[in-house]
Amino acid sequence: MKRLINNFKKYRFLLVELVKKDIKLKYRRSYMGYIWTLLEPLLTMIVLALVFSGLYGRSDKLFPVYILTGRLLYTFFSNGTKAAMKSIRSNGAMIKKVYVPKYIYPLSAILSNYIIFLLSLVVLVAVGAVLGLRPNLYMLQAIVPLTLILVMSFGVGMILSTMAVFFRDLEYLWGVALMIIMYASAIFYQVESVAKPSNIWIFRLNPLYALIRNFRSAILYQEWMHIPSLIYAVVFSFGTVIIGTIMFYKQQDKFILNI
Amino acid sequence: MSKVVLKVDKVGMRFNLSAEKVDNLKEYVIKMIKRELYFQEFWALRDVTFSLNKGERLGILGLNGAGKSTLLKVVAGVLKPTEGTVTTKGKIVPLLELGAGFDKQYTGAENIYLYGAMLGYSKEFIKEKYDEIVEFSELGDFINVPVKNYSSGMRARLGFAIATVVEPEILILDEVLSVGDAKFRKKSEKKIRDMFDKGVTVLFVSHSIEQVKRLCNKAILLEHGHIIAEGNVEDVAKIYEEKTK
Repeated sequence: MKRLINNFKKYRFLLVELVKKDIKLKYRRSYMGYIWTLLEPLLTMIVLALVFSGLYGRSDKLFPVYILTGRLLYTFFSNGTKAAMKSIRSNGAMIKKVYVPKYIYPLSAILSNYIIFLLSLVVLVAVGAVLGLRPNLYMLQAIVPLTLILVMSFGVGMILSTMAVFFRDLEYLWGVALMIIMYASAIFYQVESVAKPSNIWIFRLNPLYALIRNFRSAILYQEWMHIPSLIYAVVFSFGTVIIGTIMFYKQQDKFILNI
Repeated sequence: MSKVVLKVDKVGMRFNLSAEKVDNLKEYVIKMIKRELYFQEFWALRDVTFSLNKGERLGILGLNGAGKSTLLKVVAGVLKPTEGTVTTKGKIVPLLELGAGFDKQYTGAENIYLYGAMLGYSKEFIKEKYDEIVEFSELGDFINVPVKNYSSGMRARLGFAIATVVEPEILILDEVLSVGDAKFRKKSEKKIRDMFDKGVTVLFVSHSIEQVKRLCNKAILLEHGHIIAEGNVEDVAKIYEEKTK
């Protein structure tokens, strides 16, 4: 354990550099640069809000906040896990040359996406303020889903990055899986409006929805979090981290033979 | 008493050569059902044992496919040996395919920090040595240009400058002395010679017997993953010359 911490300390600077690189390069050649972290969620929110309020004739004033809370969490989960999955292969040249603890690569992929995600929360604050949400104590609960989603993405990312080294098809399969997760996360519709006894299990099973639901409780509905989904999300998040870490450590010496 | 800085003990490295490379799920499942998933074993290294004291410079000779590069990768810690152990003391700097780890969209200056971090340097250290690296690489104003616009020589020069700015205990060289133009080659050879004078331990792979004789004082000869000769560089070189006739 002590060795692990020392090792981490030694490579902390590398982790910082890799995170910095991801963020810097993401927007490097665009005119508006970092502003896109805010503009992109804002624009998609406007599109979704227009489409779906038009479609359903919804008059809910806070509907944009509803969309944004779901979409921001989903986008981070989707981008983070995708980047982590590809991280071993995209850093293959380096892995073959210099010894570096390999978990650094998926970890930095998740962290750089998390930082972009945290920055994009500014949009949520701004839209919420404009639409009349006022700060209160319930909102402090938001820190729980915001932390859990980092843990969950890291766990899922570790599992995916290990598997993707051996089965490249996973990159496509995960794209499809993410689409299913998106539709099962109730990003732009209310669960109550589509839920039937026959399909409610999809939402109950989706750990990402468990987080989105509690995030909405904190920000939008200003109520206490839903405890069963909270427990489910905690178990799932830490479970995937444990499974992912074990898988990764068991297979990491074989990575180099497959990239 | 000179102290041992590198000890390679009965190292073996096994690769699985599948007749066809299976890297997608569909094929894997089909082959598993048809029980066609067999692997051919191949030992790139077997029972390799040697140790180096501080300041010793080992040349590794052998024909293509003898396991030279695999041995370097095992020592560098990139490959984990299937059996046996490698014990090293102090900092290892691998000079393998210089500049391979650069990010092409990043500028030279940014890559100094990134590549330095990969090699385990601290931020303070890189800051302190930054000017020295830029000066040695002779890149001048190009340092702020993305690396994708560099020539291969410029890339290698920058890689060499970053990797050699530390004083390592163990230096791993894989025919990198042929970097850049004649002028830079002289400069880099001088830099490596300076390191020799400071007592660095060297592992050097080259096909040029001349170079090995010039740089090393010990040698081993590998064939099919086994050491078939070791000792004085002159003697081993003679055996190698016999083999290649």
